[in-house]
Amino acid sequence: MEDLYRENLLDHYENPRHHGTLEHADISHEESNPLCGDRIRIDVKLSEDGSRIAEIAFSGDGCIISQASASMLMDEVDCKPIGEVQKLERQDVLDMVGAPLTAARVKCAMLGLKVLKAGLYQYLVDHQK
Amino acid sequence: MKDTIRSLDVARIRQDFPALNERVHGRPLVFLDSAASSQKPIQVLSALDQAYRTSYANVHRGVYYNSERTTDLYDQAREKITRFIGAPAPENVVFVRNATEALNLVAYSYGRHFLQAGDEIVLTELEHHANFVPWQVLARERGIRLKFIPLTPQGTLDLARLDELLTPRVKLVTFAHVSNVLGTITDPRPVIERAHAVGAKVVVDGCQAAPHMPVDVQALDCDFYALSGHKMLGPTGIGVLYGKTDVLEAMPPFMTGGDMISSVTFDSVTWNEIPVKFEAGTPAFVEAIALGAAVDYLAALGMDAVRAHEREVVAYAIERLTEVPGATIIGPTDPDIRGGALTFTIKDIHPHDLGTLLDREGVAIRAGHHCAQPLHVRLGLPATARASFYIYTELREIDALIEAIYKAKHTLRK
Ligand SMILES: Cc1ncc(COP(=O)(O)O)c(C=O)c1O
Repeated sequence: MEDLYRENLLDHYENPRHHGTLEHADISHEESNPLCGDRIRIDVKLSEDGSRIAEIAFSGDGCIISQASASMLMDEVDCKPIGEVQKLERQDVLDMVGAPLTAARVKCAMLGLKVLKAGLYQYLVDHQK
Repeated sequence: MKDTIRSLDVARIRQDFPALNERVHGRPLVFLDSAASSQKPIQVLSALDQAYRTSYANVHRGVYYNSERTTDLYDQAREKITRFIGAPAPENVVFVRNATEALNLVAYSYGRHFLQAGDEIVLTELEHHANFVPWQVLARERGIRLKFIPLTPQGTLDLARLDELLTPRVKLVTFAHVSNVLGTITDPRPVIERAHAVGAKVVVDGCQAAPHMPVDVQALDCDFYALSGHKMLGPTGIGVLYGKTDVLEAMPPFMTGGDMISSVTFDSVTWNEIPVKFEAGTPAFVEAIALGAAVDYLAALGMDAVRAHEREVVAYAIERLTEVPGATIIGPTDPDIRGGALTFTIKDIHPHDLGTLLDREGVAIRAGHHCAQPLHVRLGLPATARASFYIYTELREIDALIEAIYKAKHTLRK
């Protein structure tokens, strides 16, 4: 617990990477955690063949854990193949945060991944022939 | 406040609470979440232990010594609670699991039997979900209209609006005696009088009041009063619904089964008398006995003294928090109308981050919406932080809270 709010996390919170929204995004999805009011929206533009993330951005508000872990997630998935992004799991996010979280705070950390995966899933369902 | 009121010997009291001596993250625990649930004194812990360890048997059913003795202790517990809340008789004290069950019992049994389409229920904008959702469900199911007593900017009920809300269609009025978020103490008497004047029954959610101040249900003249044992030194799994005799007698049972019947044949059943009519199945009698011990403990301190102590703590906490740059107190800042729960925000720090950082200093507070989402919507805040106090809270713990808040601000560069 000692170094949860250490430089790296605070840096992502104060200088979020890929922050904002994208025009003409292929995927736009937003969810919030009603328990604490954390809210995250993620916009994704896919590569022409639809196999990779070409551009990604997030926006929202909430606690440091939710916003900083979303920022870390952006760095992690930018330019990655969709197949790889779909494989990301809870533990991957916890590894990015890099410090132990209590159960209540794990939810905050997972919001970004949840939004991204839900958005991707919806996209794939909609574009299935 | 009269100066004849005894004050509490907090140092002495703390010796009765083993959990307060625990350390968290290597620091002494500063427990500021008693509004969620209180710590337990050894008197209550040993009542539980004794009841299980000696002469344990199910109540009401046996003709042998152990069962009679346990039944006796169980009955005594009900009598203690009867005296503690000023109920006329033990028959008015129904044991339930918690305040949530008490309020649901009223909504299901009284509400579904006596309210119909077109009727109205008046509640308030500050209710806990436990005194909100059961009415919302009932209203949807039956076509009943819910109306809300609004809040003043200070966080008190705007009772100037009450008369316009109290139409002849209003069959039930319900409100929290003390708000678990705003800390607001509402004087129930005038509301109850005005509600009765239009023929409405009144349900008081006493969850945050009964543990902290003298309560006399007969003087209040409410029809129902709900409380949870675990917030008043008692164990989990036991709570109380007080009800006036005539309403309890008129109501159908909530659940059916053993104990609550007087006779059953293959094609008919007659209900047992109150309060047992509402206590189907084996009750939490050990927990009830321990709640009796909790009530003994509080009665020995004197509820006037408990309230006086908490008033002092909350006044000090308000004073200290007001000094902190960026701190905003949510709800009344007059300690005369504020119970021992202080809700606040710190500018640019999410309450969950604050809670996590305070926890590292051993300071336990609550962060979130405290089961009052509609109120938070009204306040325009997704979440708040809440420090709450009880008989064992010391002023130095408020100092520890303030120091931890400064430290959190420093860590987060706010
Ligand atoms: C005002 C109020 N009402 C009702 C409840 C519900 O109590 P319980 O969860 O014990 O049923 C609470 C508990 O937080 C409360 O503060």
